[in-house]
Amino acid sequence: MLDKEGIAKRIAKEVKDGFYVNLGIGIPTLVANFVRDDIQVEFQSENGILGMGPFPFEGEEDADLINAGKQTITALPGASFFDSAMSFGMIRGKHVDLTILGAMEVAENGDIANWKIPGKMVKGMGGAMDLVASAENIIVAMMHTNRAGESKLLKRCSLPLTGVGCVTKIVTNLAVLEVTDKGFKLLERAPGISVQEIRDATEGTLIVEGDIPEMQLN
Amino acid sequence: MIKKTVDNVQDALDGVHDGMTFMLGGFGLSGIPENAISELVRLNLKNLTCISNNAGVDDFGLGLLLRKKQIDKMISSYVGENAEFERQMLSGELDVELTPQGTLAAKCQAAQQGFPAIFTPAGYGTEVAEGKETREFDGKMYVLEEAYKADFAFVKAWKGDEAGNLIFKGTARNFNPLMCGAAKVTVVEVEELVKPGELDPNQIHIPGIFVQRIFQGKDYEKRIEKRTVRSK
Repeated sequence: MLDKEGIAKRIAKEVKDGFYVNLGIGIPTLVANFVRDDIQVEFQSENGILGMGPFPFEGEEDADLINAGKQTITALPGASFFDSAMSFGMIRGKHVDLTILGAMEVAENGDIANWKIPGKMVKGMGGAMDLVASAENIIVAMMHTNRAGESKLLKRCSLPLTGVGCVTKIVTNLAVLEVTDKGFKLLERAPGISVQEIRDATEGTLIVEGDIPEMQLN
Repeated sequence: MIKKTVDNVQDALDGVHDGMTFMLGGFGLSGIPENAISELVRLNLKNLTCISNNAGVDDFGLGLLLRKKQIDKMISSYVGENAEFERQMLSGELDVELTPQGTLAAKCQAAQQGFPAIFTPAGYGTEVAEGKETREFDGKMYVLEEAYKADFAFVKAWKGDEAGNLIFKGTARNFNPLMCGAAKVTVVEVEELVKPGELDPNQIHIPGIFVQRIFQGKDYEKRIEKRTVRSK
């Protein structure tokens, strides 16, 4: 079973040369640490920067330079700043190649829920609704089950939706899955995890065709 | 040149009163109009509607107005950093209109640029689109979102000149430029107010035509919400 860093490592392999990438808060943020250094990639943060760099050295933090998670960051050579309308123009206009975000639930038709638990947790959708409504290449990074051990890969989402039919790929601590017309298609298993374990942890339709390879993380 | 300067925050906020709708720039605590917020707290205005991407934290930013129950309604995209906000919302004391971040930006920009409404794909098929007109373009569904209407916009810029021309810094830019000219009166506070001619016209982010009042801000705390560093 993968930890959060393992999920990030596997997703990093989906980041290709020349990609502009938007990383959500949580596990997605870790992906930047594992992207190959022999390819050219720029990270976009929707609060208004392209060319986001690593955290600053101590003493060099700038209140005017943060990411979407409100963390202090740096700007790499070639970076640019812009307002929120232009930022979401990049997203809505499909200029961003890959979006990686977390989720509370994903349904087998590609619906995603990640912004609200009625009566309990209401933090807001931030930029998630804009991202999922526009991006064509969306990878969800999440644990396969919630803290109560219940599957987060469902036939239908039970929580209020963030977007409909938009998720294309899911990387969890157990598996890599693709969203197809017929359900979740199992592509890869996490090291040491059996197909049966993935089946047991998936409430939605799981499609298993032939031998399922183990993930390659390096 | 048309001079837009006022002497202080009191003059800048002349005309504000209970029940008004305000736009406030900033993302998290970055680029928030600290001086205007302090003055709104001091004036103790009530029954306000605030359009702002976030709601500050418990003891800074818009959290200061929330703590004094000055706000009746918040229009925001993300409010997760403020426990008092979440309490007031879940108890029903505070009316909250959660709006996708890009839609919020577009609704400000629409108001600035004279569009009554825009179509966005964000939120289609979710509760955000309930009761709103939808329309299909090229096989994809979009939601009609109307431009905001506000009485005052409170904006924070890095540098500005007496003509109201503005330059923003880093990611403190965010919603600030989009709110300029999007309300009946736009009030800008700057870290550095300069004479006309000192800013290169090529570098101006927002021309002074969108600004009614500009003043030299003071005592900026510029609090960092999540200080993250790496070791050398």
